[in-house]
Amino acid sequence: MGYRNKKIVYGLYDDEEILMDAVRQANRSEMSILDVFSPFPVHGIDDLLDLSESRLHIGGFIYGMIGTLTAVLGMSWIHAMDWPNIFGGKPYWAIASFIPITFELTVLFAAIGMTVTFYIINGQGPGIKNPIVHPRISDDKFCIAFDADEASEEEISKYRSFFDQTGASFIETKKL
Amino acid sequence: MSAAPVSPIREPLVTGSKTYHQITEDLCAPTERAPSPAWVIAFIVALIALTIGVVSILYTIWVGIGSWNLNRTIGWGWDITNFVWWIGIGHAGTLISAILLLFRQKWRTGVNRAAEAMTIFAVICAALFPGIHVGRIWVVFFFFPYPNTRGPLWPNFNSPLLWDLFAISTYFTVSLLFWYTGLVPDFATVRDRAKGIRRKLYDLLSFGWTGNAKHWQRWESLSLVLAGLATPLVLSVHTIVSFDFATSVIPGWHTTIFPPYFVAGAIFSGFAMVQTLMVITRKVLRLEDYITIGHIESMNKVILLTGTIVGVAYLTELFVAWYSGYVYEQFAFFNRALGPYWWSYFGMMACNVLSPQVFWFKKIRRSVTWTFIMSIFVNIGMWFERFVIIATTLARDYLPSSWSFYVPTIVEIGIFVGTLGIFFTFYLLFTRVAPVVAIAEIKHILKSSGDQFARKNAEPVVQQVESGSLESTVVEHHDDEH
Repeated sequence: MGYRNKKIVYGLYDDEEILMDAVRQANRSEMSILDVFSPFPVHGIDDLLDLSESRLHIGGFIYGMIGTLTAVLGMSWIHAMDWPNIFGGKPYWAIASFIPITFELTVLFAAIGMTVTFYIINGQGPGIKNPIVHPRISDDKFCIAFDADEASEEEISKYRSFFDQTGASFIETKKL
Repeated sequence: MSAAPVSPIREPLVTGSKTYHQITEDLCAPTERAPSPAWVIAFIVALIALTIGVVSILYTIWVGIGSWNLNRTIGWGWDITNFVWWIGIGHAGTLISAILLLFRQKWRTGVNRAAEAMTIFAVICAALFPGIHVGRIWVVFFFFPYPNTRGPLWPNFNSPLLWDLFAISTYFTVSLLFWYTGLVPDFATVRDRAKGIRRKLYDLLSFGWTGNAKHWQRWESLSLVLAGLATPLVLSVHTIVSFDFATSVIPGWHTTIFPPYFVAGAIFSGFAMVQTLMVITRKVLRLEDYITIGHIESMNKVILLTGTIVGVAYLTELFVAWYSGYVYEQFAFFNRALGPYWWSYFGMMACNVLSPQVFWFKKIRRSVTWTFIMSIFVNIGMWFERFVIIATTLARDYLPSSWSFYVPTIVEIGIFVGTLGIFFTFYLLFTRVAPVVAIAEIKHILKSSGDQFARKNAEPVVQQVESGSLESTVVEHHDDEH
């Protein structure tokens, strides 16, 4: 989900608390923020940006259930139907001894499913290069970016004066 | 984000009044400078050990496991001893990263990355042993249930050995995913500083991470759920390893205490190996501000606790053997303590039960030298524990006519040395390629646990105490109790 070929105006802040104040300021003056970038997860920013809660864990639950079913149905079919065999006098369908593998496959499916989903919806993966707004964002700078694709000169200067007022240490207009 | 106030008596987790940029510089530095002579020497030694291992394994595959000294009575020797030892070591990483995450233990951030890496390498070493001890490694895929032309003939899902296969492959996969997902943002940090060929490498490793708000939100959600999944997983893995023994009918193995006792032992040995590595790593990579004496002390407390649990388990086993009135069980334990392998039982008791008790003393818990020596003791003691359970027990069967003795061949020793080589080769490469301490996570806790902030956050409390308002309430409360 990189912003390829997008023109943006962005400002860098030195601290997450200044960033939060700036986002609040932007919300008050009804400016629509394209995105916020930070070197680590800033707690509370999701609410300010109106980001809905991630549904990744729901996906995890569904993948886990698929794992459970695969294990229970698979082992039941194999031992009770496809090739019934008596092991140690136990019944063919010895459900209790299926529990460990059922648990392991539940965890395995949930973990792989969630991780793969995570990278796909993020637009990330081995060999994928997304445009980087500024190299210091992964270091110590906190960034607010506005969409400038169809912005007039007037709007761009409004964005720039917003960054000036809210204490940004670096401001730039850039095509990603 | 206003940092949550942290108690003034709590030790800071990041010392040296770091800024965010300073953290980046410090933690990326080991991957950016040329390797030190110490690293090169260590790497060469590790590679030699690895080569010995490769030769020994190839020899085993070539001539068969007749090249080992296993015999009719003692069917499991160094192979399964080493397997259980390595898999136990591989438990600390997930414990630190998952269980301590759920318990909100912030000190985990200093050591979780290296401990998880260690987990993955240890599980690789462990998985090698069942792979080669089956004898015909080229048909090892028969373990897996897949539609085949032999019927299809399926593996036995009632067998703990098959559960073990599923447990260990799941554990390896989940640990790897957890570890790598944590690494991606840090690889991005290294990427944004790198040039030339290193830039290309980290472009590949960082998966195109940009650090936007939604990605961080999902990243946190994923980390939390993976931690929630990994917590029961880590407990299940060693439980299932203990089932390999506990579900058999061998006296000394057939005990219900095995699962909790194996899990405690695994955490115990895992933390010992983390200490061995961390004490060296923090010194060589100059990370004393991030892996502080406080971190080492916390881990020593875990070692003391789990070591004591293991000790209680040993004594419980002895008591139950006596109390059961079952002569074979009684003989098994008599044989462990006073039989031909008495020295390994003695080594186990001395290293695992007695030696960690020195950690009751705060001075020793906070001493780097003591920690290092003790960690080696625990590693040795836990190896002996597995040897006692496996070889000692098997050496004295029901029938005295089949009693036997076992010493490993040079090939078996070579394979063990080889796994140490694999482990340290991977670990040394890891310290060159990836940040050994989780950069983003350290930055995240800086404002609550950095020394300059810990003091500042505590100021309102300190002022209250100084002005008398807080003290008076505490005193009153105290009076009520008496």
